Amino acid sequence: MTVPTGKCRAVRGKLGVVLSIDRSIMDAIIAHARRDHPDEACGVVAGAAGSDTPTRHIPMDNAARSMTFYEFDSMEQLRVWREMDDRDEEPVVIYHSHTATEAYPSRTDISFAGEPGAHYLLVSTRDPDTEEIRSFRIVDGVVTEEPVYVIDASVDPHAVQSYMFGQSPATVDYECSLGR
Amino acid sequence: MAIEVRIPTILRSYTGGAKVVEGAGDTLNELLADLDGKYAGLRGRLITDEGALHRFVNIYVNDEDVRFLGSLDAKLSDGDTVTILPAVAGGALGFAAAAALLQR
Repeated sequence: MTVPTGKCRAVRGKLGVVLSIDRSIMDAIIAHARRDHPDEACGVVAGAAGSDTPTRHIPMDNAARSMTFYEFDSMEQLRVWREMDDRDEEPVVIYHSHTATEAYPSRTDISFAGEPGAHYLLVSTRDPDTEEIRSFRIVDGVVTEEPVYVIDASVDPHAVQSYMFGQSPATVDYECSLGR
Repeated sequence: MAIEVRIPTILRSYTGGAKVVEGAGDTLNELLADLDGKYAGLRGRLITDEGALHRFVNIYVNDEDVRFLGSLDAKLSDGDTVTILPAVAGGALGFAAAAALLQR
């Protein structure tokens, strides 16, 4: 695990480079995934349009109620997407859990990914004691992994902790922690 | 007859970036044909080769999912709003199926 220097914050908001997310929201996502285990859990974190900052956690029903598939209820989605539109928000994070496999997008995830501006956050609950959290951009079928920075606002607003579970070092963008 | 059509981000490349466009038609099928005349290729992203509504999108007439309104035969009236959203779905299923195949 890398604890980046303050310089890292400069890359926040740069599309496709990193997901920065508040610890309270990350905890709520993990709690949702644990609660629905062994079924897959899913939801959205909305944020101001163009900000790339997730601020409003919206757990969604998994209409499929399945251990291997998730699907937003189409009517709930319409309501939530309209609400975001009215509030000038967009889906900054779209998350779901895999409950027996790794936190990596499946072919199904890639086929469906229809929000090119969103961070696709995956949580694996296959291990009851360890959180496996990874984030991806999925654009035109191309998957790009990105580091996740969990910001601990309640302790120190400048404290940033990074999670890059399961990432191959070759794919991690460390540009911010090289002291440049 | 004008029908307001709300276009999701992923399909705005077909509408020159426009979030809302106008179209005409008495049914969803007619509306999509009309839109395809102005925004070539858009219909193909919504309808499968077999002519059915694509699984990857949700289309709504006002507050109702068109799957409950007769799908492509859904009736439209002047002033209706049609909203297109990408269906949000996925899961480990594909991965598990692929893994099973690889293990054979």
